Amino acid sequence: MGDTLLEVRDLHVSFYLTEGIVRAVSGVNLTLQAGRTLGVVGESGCGKSVTARAILNMVQRPGRIDQGEILWYGDPDYPVDIAQLDSRGPDIRNLRWGEIAMIFQEPMTSLSPVHSIGNQMIEAIRLHHNATDAEATQQSVELLNRVGLSQPERLLGAYRHELSGGMRQRVMIAMALTCSPRLLIADEPTTALDVTTQSQILDLMRDLQDEFGMAILFITHDLGVIAEMADDVAVMYLGKEVEIADVDTIFHQAAHPYTQALLRSIPRHDVVTERLESIVGNVPDPYNIPSGCAFHPRCHHYLPEECADPELVEVRPGQWALCARTPEFLPASGERTNA
Amino acid sequence: MFRFIVRRILTAALTMVAISVVAFLIIELPPGDYLTSYAATLAEQGDILSEERLEQMRVSFGLGEPLPTRYFKWVGNIVLRGNFGRSLEWRIPVNQIIWHRIGYTVLINISTILFVWTVAIPIGVYSATRQYSPGDYIATFFGFLGLAIPNFMLALVLMWIGFSVFGQHVGGLFSPEYRDAPWDLNKFIDLLSHLWIPMVVVGTAGTAGLIRTMRANMLDEITQPYVETARAKGLAEWRLIWKYPVRVALNPFISTIGYALPELVGGVVIVAVVLNLPTIGPILLRSLLSQDMFLAGAIILIVSVLTIIGTFISDIMLALIDPRIRLE
Repeated sequence: MGDTLLEVRDLHVSFYLTEGIVRAVSGVNLTLQAGRTLGVVGESGCGKSVTARAILNMVQRPGRIDQGEILWYGDPDYPVDIAQLDSRGPDIRNLRWGEIAMIFQEPMTSLSPVHSIGNQMIEAIRLHHNATDAEATQQSVELLNRVGLSQPERLLGAYRHELSGGMRQRVMIAMALTCSPRLLIADEPTTALDVTTQSQILDLMRDLQDEFGMAILFITHDLGVIAEMADDVAVMYLGKEVEIADVDTIFHQAAHPYTQALLRSIPRHDVVTERLESIVGNVPDPYNIPSGCAFHPRCHHYLPEECADPELVEVRPGQWALCARTPEFLPASGERTNA
Repeated sequence: MFRFIVRRILTAALTMVAISVVAFLIIELPPGDYLTSYAATLAEQGDILSEERLEQMRVSFGLGEPLPTRYFKWVGNIVLRGNFGRSLEWRIPVNQIIWHRIGYTVLINISTILFVWTVAIPIGVYSATRQYSPGDYIATFFGFLGLAIPNFMLALVLMWIGFSVFGQHVGGLFSPEYRDAPWDLNKFIDLLSHLWIPMVVVGTAGTAGLIRTMRANMLDEITQPYVETARAKGLAEWRLIWKYPVRVALNPFISTIGYALPELVGGVVIVAVVLNLPTIGPILLRSLLSQDMFLAGAIILIVSVLTIIGTFISDIMLALIDPRIRLE
């Protein structure tokens, strides 16, 4: 167990649109340990990407961090509340990339169409370190080499349209490592890639994590990727995290009905099923989040008199679920919820 | 890049040949020739030209020969000797009429483009990065105002202001005492003091349009993930805006440099007349009305060639600024 590196407490982010207010994140709590991987999983629109941007304090207008703390333990004795920093000021800009780097879902569009790979990498290095052009170039070559790209010197002069999807994401990863960040936020880094490339990129990220000793906040909608990457998991639904536990507990002893339903809806190779189960209903309209437990319209266990105001409860040591009824139907230890 | 340039040069050369043919045919299209309209003008004054005299003039001007012969004579003289022929109406070589006017046209054109870009691009960027802010609304308001006011109207108002407030000689590009003086610093300063009026007049509508286009282009770009990457890297906001999205949003403008010239010649004749500018537009209009074919042909040809050169330059600049263009 490492030391706590990042702690998000009761984070609220809203988007103030003319059509109404979208409460994209409403009360998220996350804790990240140094050197470990926290997987954040949820459907589209559950607020996971917004949470990631809030951690870098770069939620763009009309969005705004309404309340909550984002404590960064860069110096364990003097945590910095990122939510309180000026989003354009020098303090947050030093943290960005210097301490917390981020890679994105679309490696194609995450790189500039009109600047060479070298230009963008050297810019990142020289922004945070006192390095000459030659030193920065040298470091870029080494990093490109490290992420498994051949002919790194030539690559520095290349543009994004000359690379394949997998190469682009490798370039992004190399760029993210330029300042040896202590936390890497990966927002669906493999979603736009084919399955083979995806598993190569995931392997690479795990190797680099061991080598650089960084923590990873891994955002995805893919439970398979979570199983492969994460040490701890936070399951999000409509701007709240509904369950937090270590990865084994999530897959074998899920406590929240939403997590259980998600797990039932993915195919398993060891169980023969006729039809794959799906979660009933649709994700509600973001302007009209259901009152009480937001999941109640889709929940088999819903009881009006009990589910009005669920709170996060610790159902087992280290496992928290946002459900009023969890204790009643909690499976006994060792029993599989989704078998 | 080398192959790219060679290919563009070849295309440009072919286009010039085609344009020379088209220019020549256009001049030939109206029924009759210079002598018919010349005779008509004289007849209005009660002066009748005899048939023999007309035929004599037709032969001496070379108007009687078949079309292809006349075309090759015309083009041959231009290419080999730089001789655009004699203006039938002015009775002097075309070269003496047009070159200084073309010089001033290009001068006004370039200074207008510089004016438009330096004003419009920063405002467009501001409008986009602060969309729906009071500043954005003010820029939008004046933008539409600039688009809506006719150029000649603005010209008249500015001339009036220049005259009544600054007591300045208005119209033209020079004060009378400098018009035929040799070039020196004072003449240059005099030119600058006159140049701003056509620059503002011709540039206002362009500026307004460009602000809107720049704003729209920027709004498309600033939400792109590569901008987010730059922000996540810790770049200062203004620096990342100017380095990344502005660079991409500029591309469409560079490709329009080539069209700016013909627009100035054809589109602002009224302004040129009102402001008494020694540009090519009014001369072209007059030569077309009087069927002064060598003069009109020369102007059309030269303006077209300048357009091709402008397009060529903007192609090269685009390829330099945007690596995707080089790819082909």
